Amino acid sequence: MEGAEHRGTPSVIDRYFTRWYKTDLKGKPCEDHCILQHSNRICVITLAESHPILQKEKRIQSINYQISAGCSRLQNKVSGKSKRGGQFLTELAPLCRITSTDGEEYTIFSCIRGRLLEVNEDILKRPNLLLEKPSTEGYIAVILPKFEESKSITEGLLSRAEYEDVVSKRTGENKEPC
Amino acid sequence: MVVEFQTSQHQCLANKIDITGQAMLPLKIKDRPIVRALLAAGCCARCVLRFCCVGLQSAYRQTYEDLATELHAFVSEEGDESNDTTKQENSEDPPCKKARLETVQGNSEGGDPAGVPQTQPGTDVDAAVSSVCVVCLGVLQQHCDKTFAQKVSEAVTAEGYQFDSLVLSVSLPAQLSVREHSTWLLVKKQVRDKGTCLGKDDVIQVKEAFKWIMNGLVSQELGVPVLAKSLFEVSVGFTHPETDGDCHFLATTCSDCFKPARNKLSVFTRMAVVKALEKISEDNFRRLFPCPPSRPSTGCTPQDVQCLHMSVFVAGRYNKFSRTLPQTPWVIDGERRMESSVEELITAPLLSSFRYEGFNFCSSGREDVDVRTLGNGRPFAVELLNPHRARFRKAEVRELQEAINKSSDKIRVRDLQIVTREAVARMKEGEEEKTKSYGALIWTRTPIEKDDIEFINNIKELELAQKTPLRVLHRRPLAVRQRLIHTMTASFLDPHHFHLNLRTQAGTYIKEFVHGDFGRTKPNLCELMKADTDILELDVESVDVDWPPAIED
Ligand SMILES: [Zn+2]
Repeated sequence: MEGAEHRGTPSVIDRYFTRWYKTDLKGKPCEDHCILQHSNRICVITLAESHPILQKEKRIQSINYQISAGCSRLQNKVSGKSKRGGQFLTELAPLCRITSTDGEEYTIFSCIRGRLLEVNEDILKRPNLLLEKPSTEGYIAVILPKFEESKSITEGLLSRAEYEDVVSKRTGENKEPC
Repeated sequence: MVVEFQTSQHQCLANKIDITGQAMLPLKIKDRPIVRALLAAGCCARCVLRFCCVGLQSAYRQTYEDLATELHAFVSEEGDESNDTTKQENSEDPPCKKARLETVQGNSEGGDPAGVPQTQPGTDVDAAVSSVCVVCLGVLQQHCDKTFAQKVSEAVTAEGYQFDSLVLSVSLPAQLSVREHSTWLLVKKQVRDKGTCLGKDDVIQVKEAFKWIMNGLVSQELGVPVLAKSLFEVSVGFTHPETDGDCHFLATTCSDCFKPARNKLSVFTRMAVVKALEKISEDNFRRLFPCPPSRPSTGCTPQDVQCLHMSVFVAGRYNKFSRTLPQTPWVIDGERRMESSVEELITAPLLSSFRYEGFNFCSSGREDVDVRTLGNGRPFAVELLNPHRARFRKAEVRELQEAINKSSDKIRVRDLQIVTREAVARMKEGEEEKTKSYGALIWTRTPIEKDDIEFINNIKELELAQKTPLRVLHRRPLAVRQRLIHTMTASFLDPHHFHLNLRTQAGTYIKEFVHGDFGRTKPNLCELMKADTDILELDVESVDVDWPPAIED
């Protein structure tokens, strides 16, 4: 097995998280998001590997957590065990906007209802993390669903298998994938 | 709250001698009108003594009948004050014995249909014995003798506790305070009329009188001292449903004293009633509550005797050899995940010896379910609640340790000992400053050679900034904590694995340091290695807390 990359035990994500997906957000083709839900209900929002930024290996011009004149996700603060003060997000609440060097702008959405715990400020300084480690260090935000909604929040999301199915059909239908 | 009076055994003994001798009631001539008024109001003999502020314990310890007889003899005496007409609620102090006896029975109120005017001097004593006291509702009459002490003692014995002393506690119906207050107002009127100086605080409490009588009797029955403080508490309680309504009028005068509270069956707790009685004006009270209190037709009911032994604390250090054993029972959505736990494996073998009714387990930090704890083990202490046996010899404790160790190969316990509650605090003291040593099996995505990990051995006092790990973020505040890794030692195993020893400040999250936790621990091993790393196994090698002290074999 020398030199082999795979191993007997699953990765950190495989061990503790369930992967959920939301595809074509706001009707924009291939703008897929991935929601990693920890067994303790906490969710990490990341780009799905089929997202155009990753698929087309875009270069990042800017990442902006200021989603409107009056609201910046960077100002989010939570305190105490109950995470008081965190912004409460609905499914289509924007988290940030990512502009690529070709002028395209992509909005990343919450995808689930819950309290915003933190956004990833590291990607502001090192935007390449988004491309190099999209599902770990290049995450977008951490969200805590309500306890009573920890099961229902994933009802509108795709499982890993359903997501792979969507992506494979997509490449079958479109000569030119997004 | 409850004022406990130190009654030494010595005192009890002295008082017993008093009882056998001819007890003299320490009442003065000036007390006579008060005694008469109290008897007329329907007070029992012992309550009369209380309101006369008699602090001589032996006076209460006479049999109730003897005391009642003596008291009536006292009021029957014609003293210098006989022409001193005492104003009473309902009747003048009658000059002749017959009329006075009627007063004693309360017939002058016309409220007691059972009472028939008596002419025989002895019978009024019988009446005082048989009719239920308006103040103590019979607590000091019917439940303050050898028979009741035997009942209590039998109940205690049936519970099978081991104890070498006990404290007796009494809980009384809340309305007793209302009735006490009403009777005090009656006495106060007498006192004011006589110009004598007496305060409510000088009145002997029902509880106090009860204990003066009962402590010695229970002590005789059980053969152990009954003290003001003991690890073993025996509680007797009384209820009196007939007069529960006595308190209700207070809610209209002092509504904010009676706020519904969780785990309280009624808002009329003793504390709330006492508070309301402090606030209510005398006029208001007299208007809303009879003074003296109405005569009950039944005596109060004793509740089941409750026994409670103070917790015992058992401490030691444990090893955990399993990666599928949580420290405490692991329940998700009401379902048990793992079959056992460290705390259960340690406490179950203690059950048959201590016969406890529950426990609280705590330790110096805790390891994850998949982490072993090796070396000298992790300090722990477990509070055993309401143990039926609490004293063990060192050899017995050693046997208990062996029993734990024989019961499972998933854990091992050493230095097992009984400690004080205060000593347990030492385990938590300075926990954060302590050092912990770990051993970890590390996987690397890209192949490595021996030289690739050499640099790790040279890293000293590495400062980490750790955001609260995602795996515990749901139950802990979000924060960035600075932690130190003092030293690390890496040993090459194969191109994808190496062993890493770490000595760190307590509270460092090792797993997150290795895999980085989405880059939320900085720096992390991935960063240092410039390659993806993951942690496959983790062992706690030592917890450097020097408590509890080592026990020599
Ligand atoms: Zn009484």
